[in-house]
Amino acid sequence: MTLLEQFRLWLATILPGWEWLAYVVPAIVGIVVILGFVLTMVIVFIWYERRLLGRFQIRLGPNRLGPEGVFQPIATAVKILLKEDVVPEKGDKVLHWLAPVIVFVPVLMIFAVVPFGERAILADLNVGIVYVVAISSISVVGIYAAGWASNNKYALISALRTVAQMVSYELPLILAIVGVVLMAGSLSMTQIVASQDIPFFILQPLGFVIFFLGTLAELNRCPFDLLEADSEIVAGYHIEYSGMKFAMFYLGEYGHALAYSCIIATLFLGGWQGPLLPPIMWLVIKALVVFSTIVWIRGTLPRLRVDQLMAFAWKGLLPMAIINLFMIAAEVLWLPETMLWIMGAVNLILAAGLILMWSKLFTLGGGRVEV
Amino acid sequence: MKFERYGIGIAKGMAITFKHLFRPPITVQYPEEKLVVSRRIRGNELVWFPDRCTGCATCAKSCPQGNIEIATHVGSENNYVVDKFELDAGRCMFCGLCVESCPYEALAMGVSYEQAQYRRGDLVWSKEELQPLNKRPSGYARPEIEAALPKQSLLIYGDKERDEGGQKLRLIPLSKKRGRGV
Repeated sequence: MTLLEQFRLWLATILPGWEWLAYVVPAIVGIVVILGFVLTMVIVFIWYERRLLGRFQIRLGPNRLGPEGVFQPIATAVKILLKEDVVPEKGDKVLHWLAPVIVFVPVLMIFAVVPFGERAILADLNVGIVYVVAISSISVVGIYAAGWASNNKYALISALRTVAQMVSYELPLILAIVGVVLMAGSLSMTQIVASQDIPFFILQPLGFVIFFLGTLAELNRCPFDLLEADSEIVAGYHIEYSGMKFAMFYLGEYGHALAYSCIIATLFLGGWQGPLLPPIMWLVIKALVVFSTIVWIRGTLPRLRVDQLMAFAWKGLLPMAIINLFMIAAEVLWLPETMLWIMGAVNLILAAGLILMWSKLFTLGGGRVEV
Repeated sequence: MKFERYGIGIAKGMAITFKHLFRPPITVQYPEEKLVVSRRIRGNELVWFPDRCTGCATCAKSCPQGNIEIATHVGSENNYVVDKFELDAGRCMFCGLCVESCPYEALAMGVSYEQAQYRRGDLVWSKEELQPLNKRPSGYARPEIEAALPKQSLLIYGDKERDEGGQKLRLIPLSKKRGRGV
């Protein structure tokens, strides 16, 4: 008997006829808990990224407010919230107001299916990962709306880039997810975590790399942060935003990073599974590891050009993802389940070979670009 | 097998940034931490030696801003006694013409560089404030002082090599004070 059923029975005894409360109360509690978790973690992530990026660049990062500067994001938030809300005179005012909401809300909705523990999940959908893919794509609509409503050429260029980027990178991302689903035998997030006695990044390293790179593009992080390319289009889609609305974009960006860190941890790193520590700690630790890698990449790699970005998605990740998918399907079909380690070794060799082969496609230099 | 064309550059770059994590940050948190400045610095302060000053007011005449205010009266030994020697640092551009023009080497550029004040009135240096009590004259336009200073090419040098005129950046260890609030 689940906790929900117990709660419903208990309600029926004290308040007959009010059983529907059993659905409303847990939903509200869940939303509040998730919102609290997301907002806290986003603040931690903002601080963590700025500090870590500073260390990667031999700087200190923010360190004045509070111990090690932990209150800096709060100060930043207060500053942003107190700013004047400027709306472009010739922009689409309704859309300009709506866009940050469309960006931020789906990010919160992703957390509904992130398993924080064995049964600590807000909604254990049997199509959990499909839900994640579907919901997270809605943010793009918000970004496009922001770019359009701003009545600004840079914002519009940024929005168009985003749409092109998302359409391109969604494909390898989903194909990599299909590999995981094949191996786990379920679309449900809890089932995927439960089937990872050996984390999937060992069993299918190529899928992990593809999913990670696709995620970087999906999050608009370096080296795929073309929509915010400061040196080309100033600030991209949120160039005309300030105050509360900008805060929503900011929150959405880091919330997205948090959500996808959690999802990578769930799909490939074994989710909440781990010894000694409580499950939620394991999920947070794994999400932090993923996020640290994202920051590490941001601190290292330069931004791609638009054509390189497209070529990387369509000529690089997509064929690799298809080969990876067929390979895993064949292994799941023909290899006995006891030979998981052989599967891992085969996939590792495959990953190394494919990455070497494909990297030859993307050589630069000699005054020309062979993409 | 050459890996130069197989994306090894990305791995190399990632390794370099990872190594940066273990280097001390090059940030100097200025008010709390200060780099050692060159002893050949020509700071933005002036040092006035009252015992050498004859009150001839050559410095006041040479000042492009007319910034030096000097008032004297005739003393017992038929000399000038300086009553007032005032200089507004807010208007001074530290061109050093007064130092160059002084026939008795009674004025010199100092070595300090932290002269900011909260009020404009505090920027006016009086006779007392200009005296070399805890100030050191720099080698600017004073060849004999300059000759005594160590030779060096960089502005920053470590404590150890201070006398040899070394050129190493001083590594500041991460102290407990670092990263705390103001």
